[in-house]
Amino acid sequence: MFEITSKEKIATKEYEIWVKAPKVASHAKPGQFVVIRTSLNGERIPLTIADFNVEKGEIRLIFQAVGKTTYEMATMKVGDALQDVAGPLGHPSEIKKYGTVMMIGGGVGIAAILPILKELKRAGNKVITILGGRSADLVILKDECEKFSDELLVTTDDGSMGMKGVVTDGMKEIVKRGEKIDQAWSIGPTVMMKFSAYTAKELGIPIFVSLNPIMVDGTGMCGACRVTVGKNIRFACVDGPEFDGYEVNWDELMNRLRQYKDQEKISLENYMARVGDLSWL
Amino acid sequence: MIKIPNNKTPIKEQDPKERIHNFGEVVLGYTLEEAVAEANRCLQCVNQPCVAGCPVNIDIPGFILALRNRDLPKSTQILKSYNNLPAVCGRVCPQESQCEGRCTVGKMKDHEPVAIGKLERFVADWEANQGIVNIPEIPSQKLGRVAIIGAGPAGLTAAADLAKMGYEVKIFEALHAAGGVLMYGIPEFRLPKSIVEREVNFIKSLGVEIDTDSIAGRSVTISELKNEFDAIFIGTGAGTPSFMNIPGTNLNGVYSASEFLTRINLMHAYKFPESDTPVRLGKHVVVVGAGNVAMDASRSALRLGAESVKIVYRRSEEEMPARIEEYHHAIEEGIEFHWLTNPIEYIGDDKGNLTAVKCIKMKLGEPDASGRRRPIPIDGSEFIIEADMAIEAIGQTSNKVLLSAFPELKLTPHGYIEADPETGQTSVEGVFAGGDIVTGAATVILAMGAGKKSAKAIDEYIKSKKAVL
Ligand SMILES: Cc1cc2nc3c(=O)[nH]c(=O)nc-3n(C[C@H](O)[C@H](O)[C@H](O)COP(=O)(O)OP(=O)(O)OC[C@H]3O[C@@H](n4cnc5c(N)ncnc54)[C@H](O)[C@@H]3O)c2cc1C
Ligand SMILES: Cc1cc2nc3c(=O)[nH]c(=O)nc-3n(C[C@H](O)[C@H](O)[C@H](O)COP(=O)(O)OP(=O)(O)OC[C@H]3O[C@@H](n4cnc5c(N)ncnc54)[C@H](O)[C@@H]3O)c2cc1C
Ligand code: SF4
Ligand code: FES
Repeated sequence: MFEITSKEKIATKEYEIWVKAPKVASHAKPGQFVVIRTSLNGERIPLTIADFNVEKGEIRLIFQAVGKTTYEMATMKVGDALQDVAGPLGHPSEIKKYGTVMMIGGGVGIAAILPILKELKRAGNKVITILGGRSADLVILKDECEKFSDELLVTTDDGSMGMKGVVTDGMKEIVKRGEKIDQAWSIGPTVMMKFSAYTAKELGIPIFVSLNPIMVDGTGMCGACRVTVGKNIRFACVDGPEFDGYEVNWDELMNRLRQYKDQEKISLENYMARVGDLSWL
Repeated sequence: MIKIPNNKTPIKEQDPKERIHNFGEVVLGYTLEEAVAEANRCLQCVNQPCVAGCPVNIDIPGFILALRNRDLPKSTQILKSYNNLPAVCGRVCPQESQCEGRCTVGKMKDHEPVAIGKLERFVADWEANQGIVNIPEIPSQKLGRVAIIGAGPAGLTAAADLAKMGYEVKIFEALHAAGGVLMYGIPEFRLPKSIVEREVNFIKSLGVEIDTDSIAGRSVTISELKNEFDAIFIGTGAGTPSFMNIPGTNLNGVYSASEFLTRINLMHAYKFPESDTPVRLGKHVVVVGAGNVAMDASRSALRLGAESVKIVYRRSEEEMPARIEEYHHAIEEGIEFHWLTNPIEYIGDDKGNLTAVKCIKMKLGEPDASGRRRPIPIDGSEFIIEADMAIEAIGQTSNKVLLSAFPELKLTPHGYIEADPETGQTSVEGVFAGGDIVTGAATVILAMGAGKKSAKAIDEYIKSKKAVL
């Protein structure tokens, strides 16, 4: 069992927790993830390692409540424990000195971009960060990202913070003013990654995206997570999760994310019927 | 000469009409009287051909004789001295190509061999039902520490033998449950998970520590293992599914058998929504391949409520690699077999869901490297099978998570670990390997046998190393 040592609500339906998982903490690198299970009947779901503390043997997870498992996690308290935490999984991000890097994070994907941009900053890169959200309250971790960025730009759909628009508008803006970008990363909702990859291609910027297909084991043993990159089938859990954004078959990935839509709905409805009011989440 | 009944003593099974609606075990087992009657069919051959056919050379006439004499403790003791997992092997071994395939009775005109597998299972279940587990005495002075990677049959067997010899043993298992394929691959209706759990608990009672959620190469590095342990045994299996890579492979509704079975067995998706993990419910299912994995996938799909399940196989019935008993069970349950047929494309709708499988007819040509006749497509014979689910069960390869973290380890051209067949010794000192990660996808009993051999070799290795010091 893996104890939750702290918990904080960071936005509507978004939470951060620190969990005791010493073996993960001592081996984790930016860009990697864990697979967790809340209980014996639980599903195995992947979550990015947003940060880790080797001395305390703890990892930080940031998640958005979207279905049964993440709703259940949102109701867990400090002192409760996750049934399983396995990792670190996936290839770490390729950290080196690129020159100027553009780090694009959207929604809960900001949690995944943060450890990478921190490490890129440490490696001596100039870091320009673009955070996107539907509205101001959904732009999470802004202060932390700002600390490790040379420049930070926020875009919101409704204009409640930063520039009104989407992250691709921010990307174009920065390039327009003459900034030369050597490498970009984009992590967030699949549509956002899709369009930032298209925009990056237009602008001639190489871009990594971190794919989020449905997974089961997370160790290459099932193929649930398969994605098409270029002409090849790749397993996101062991070949990724980061891939060259130009090469990803986005529409296929989005279809595959809808594979269990009906059952996910039943699962969540049953859970809500059991636990009662969850409007506070 | 005494007359031996021609046929095996019939065994009780769930009615096919009923069992296709549940995941309960199909074969219900012998009563004591039935088992003794079957034991009486054994000739107690002096030359013991059955023993030579058994990969771990169980004293088959010996355990059968004890059973015939109704001395079940002795029968158990004989079995267990060769095989740590008799309740499992009795259920899943391909007896027809091993012990039973060599049985003298089976060679007599119009006779079926002695039902050795069913007797093995009977004795093992009898012992379990006694409720008393005899835990062998474990030496308290420890001889050394051994790390085992992977809790499948190979790793569990090596761990149990080493613990009995007096080693401190720790198993690192990537998944949340121990058992390997026994837990995530072979379905409940063929191998109840309670049996696997019982065996795993027995191994724990020997003092073996099982660290689940621990991915060797990730949660613990190879150099950490080398520093902390005197020897390492690798039994990570052949867990990575292969795909045919035909167009449409990533459509919704196309599964690897590994994913489909893992969802059902390890994650209990057949109990959804009581269990959180879902699996798609196919109405018309096509399963590709004709090995045990394909049988398990097709029969599971049927139990989830499929209206039709078709197995397509590019070779013919004769080359089919599945256990014969499973094949018969599959036919009884209404699985349709399409021999000499190979899928060439998956067809989907505009939402990315599978709607049909395009197949081509095959014919058999000259024998290939495996000695089996090579299937060749027949031009112009393409046809369509309507299907909302397709499951590929065409084989697995080695899992690379550990191998990529351990580049010093020498591999075979096929990507498995190169190891001495007698000891499991790999190219790295103090590192041994066995089971599917060495042989490629094989059988439970071969994996167990490899675990046993390596346990002996590890014991010798550690003792000789400590003697030098
Ligand atoms: C490598 C990786 C890292 C991830 N990191 C994070 C993270 O740090 N924080 C976080 O909140 N989420 C992360 N996700 C997504 C997270 O795994 C899903 O949100 C989670 O599985 C949903 O489970 P559920 O039972 O709560 O919802 P479900 O009921 O299973 O699903 C509800 C909704 O979420 C979508 N969904 C289901 N599984 C996934 C998935 N794997 N990815 C994206 N959407 C999914 C479904 O399509 C559905 O619309 C990550 C995914 C991957 C593959
Ligand atoms: C569906 C199916 C049906 C089958 N039916 C039969 C049958 O009827 N009869 C028969 O004899 N055989 C059958 N087999 C084959 C048989 O199950 C295997 O040959 C046998 O299980 C191999 O044992 P193993 O110990 O080598 O590996 P496995 O059973 O594969 O176990 C390997 C274990 O290692 C773990 N692992 C992998 N990588 C790591 C890592 N880096 N760190 C930690 N742990 C790791 C895995 O999670 C797994 O638990 C079947 C196989 C399948 C898939
Ligand atoms: S070959 Fe058959 S009859 Fe002979 S000892 Fe073995 S099981 Fe008995
Ligand atoms: S999640 Fe099973 S192979 Fe990637």
